[in-house]
Amino acid sequence: MSPSDLLIIPFDDWVNALVRDWLVPNLRPLFRAMQVPITLVLNGLDDFFAFVPMLATTLVLALLAWRYAGRGTAIFTVLGLCFIDLIDLWPETMTTLAMILTAVLFCAVIGIPAGILSARSNLAWKIVRPILDIMQTIPSFVYLVPIVMLFGVGMAPGIIATIIFALPPIIRLTNLGIRNVREDLVEAAESFGSTPLQMLVEVQFPLALRTIMAGLNQTLMLALSMVVIAALIGAGGLGLVVNTGLGRLDVGGATAGGVGIVILAIILDRITQGLGEKNRVPTVSLREAIVSLFRPRGSVAPAEPGKAG
Amino acid sequence: MPAKLTVRDVYKIFGNAPQQALELLARGDSKEAIFEATGQTIGVQDANFSVEEGQIFVVMGLSGSGKSTLIRMLNGLIRPSSGAILIDGEDVATCSVEQLRRIRRNKIAMVFQHFALFPHRTILDNAAYGLKIKGVDAAERRRRALAALEQVGLAAWADSYPADLSGGMQQRVGLARGLATDPQILLMDEPFGALDPLIRKGMQEELLALQKTLKKTIVFITHDLNEALMLGDRIAIMKDGRFVQVGTAQDIVSNPADDYVAAFVADIDRGRVFTAENVAHRPAVVPLDDSTAGDAVKTMEDQNLNAVYVMDGNQIAGVVTYQQAAAADRESGPSDVPIQDVLITDYPTTDPETQLADLYGQASTGLPIAVTDAKNRLVGVVEPENVFAQISSDIQTASTEAAAPPAADAAPETAAADRPASEKLPAL
Repeated sequence: MSPSDLLIIPFDDWVNALVRDWLVPNLRPLFRAMQVPITLVLNGLDDFFAFVPMLATTLVLALLAWRYAGRGTAIFTVLGLCFIDLIDLWPETMTTLAMILTAVLFCAVIGIPAGILSARSNLAWKIVRPILDIMQTIPSFVYLVPIVMLFGVGMAPGIIATIIFALPPIIRLTNLGIRNVREDLVEAAESFGSTPLQMLVEVQFPLALRTIMAGLNQTLMLALSMVVIAALIGAGGLGLVVNTGLGRLDVGGATAGGVGIVILAIILDRITQGLGEKNRVPTVSLREAIVSLFRPRGSVAPAEPGKAG
Repeated sequence: MPAKLTVRDVYKIFGNAPQQALELLARGDSKEAIFEATGQTIGVQDANFSVEEGQIFVVMGLSGSGKSTLIRMLNGLIRPSSGAILIDGEDVATCSVEQLRRIRRNKIAMVFQHFALFPHRTILDNAAYGLKIKGVDAAERRRRALAALEQVGLAAWADSYPADLSGGMQQRVGLARGLATDPQILLMDEPFGALDPLIRKGMQEELLALQKTLKKTIVFITHDLNEALMLGDRIAIMKDGRFVQVGTAQDIVSNPADDYVAAFVADIDRGRVFTAENVAHRPAVVPLDDSTAGDAVKTMEDQNLNAVYVMDGNQIAGVVTYQQAAAADRESGPSDVPIQDVLITDYPTTDPETQLADLYGQASTGLPIAVTDAKNRLVGVVEPENVFAQISSDIQTASTEAAAPPAADAAPETAAADRPASEKLPAL
């Protein structure tokens, strides 16, 4: 004896009815409009990366890597990007890069304010948290279908799917970072007559920045992991290369796409992690540099600043 | 002139039904009973005091006595459950958020126990924080913050970060930050509690030195009675959210209100609480001109003294002891011995403000110590035995002894017993 003996709820029919019969006809213009900024940014970035010569892009990324992640990563950047070019995947890689950056940009624009709001209001967090839980646990394939129905097929829908998938970390970590700012500092700021905005800008945000950058880094990684799935609904770039290889059982092609994704992931991961760290990684020997690529983050001890008496 | 800061009937209940707890309190229930019955915690009850401008008011108590809650109600970080807190007539307890912000920016600043410096800002930016919030422009901010850092001796560290500084230096920056906005009232929440003893003493002295020029109204929280006694013009002792006793350091040490306060004061250095003024008495004197040893003996016998000071006009000529004067008078027979012959010119002197602990050396001469004012006039005399009597007397609580001065109990044989020990002494 169980509840299903009494009643079967036609949940699937209800969802179908909701999406097909109500959401799509009524809100289609809205959804089409939502794609416009995404497409704008994406096309802008895509054209930009296509325009800039490969060596220039490589140089800039290598310099960023050197500045924020150390010599080892810089060398890896140069070698990795050259390899990608040598296996003739440069245009696709730049497309993927543009897609990722677009997705992360929109995640930041939506996620950081949402995180700040959640940090200030327990009620807001009560509402936001279950939504994030759903977003993170629901398999991404599940929301691909409604996305296609609402937005169609192509790059923009692919990015929207990526945004949904990659949004939770930045919101969670922004919320965490701001809530975790030392209470006595917030008290001090308040006791000098700060408005809530002043407190946010002067004290809370700067001190939460490290955690927020960690959130951004995680968002970036999730976005990268979505490239193949996004390709299923029409996005291009390396995801499409892998997908095509999968479809044709072309192991070599799929692997090439995969390697490109991995190289891009490592470079972007190291750079964004380095951006979040306050202490710059000191330059070390080449051997140390290569070893440090494989060492877990945070185990390099920076030099102690001179303590006063 | 009305007091700068007045606290009236202030209560703070922690919990979600403060009204219930207030009603039980009015009935007379204890803190524990109310917590058991309602789950509400009494933070502060029936706080009533005022602080005059330029005074240092010290609130003392152990952990959990409500002192941190009390000081946070003064600048609105915690809102009282009931009562009024008046700063220059404005009620901080019930004012609007904008008013509160205005008061915090202009009238009142706070210094915290664990410094609360912003680690991502330089020392200069930390000191200038209050000014930035007020909207002062950058150049003016810089100038005023540097001036504040100058006052605490840290101007050279303006571009360093808090992590580069030691605890004592960080707290000085905290103090500079509090002073930079030129507030009239300074709230200090156990500011020296996190510092080691030597640094703490230095900071206390620095605060007193600053106070001489700045004359801020200061509310100071501590759990260290010695610190309270050193800094406080008036001291309040708190227990379980209530004020147990309010008074000057001497009041509290001489007349502890109950056993709790008595236990507190049992271990302090009484030599640092009382001054020469507190144990001096009005001197009996003999003029230098035309006095004989016999005159001195007569005066001493009349007033039951062991020694008497000899005045030349209104300057001290010296002191004469009963022993020497009586012996000289006896030996001379019928003729008179001029007083100059028995005059001791090497006599101990002190200021009225000298602490008793610094008088031990002079007390050991056996001669009464002359208390002189700034113009070197004799304003009183301290009997050596009274110095030790005041320091060593048993604590009398208000319940066992009515206001009997301790000196009276310990030294009944000296004439000082007949004179009140703590009169303010005018010049002769």
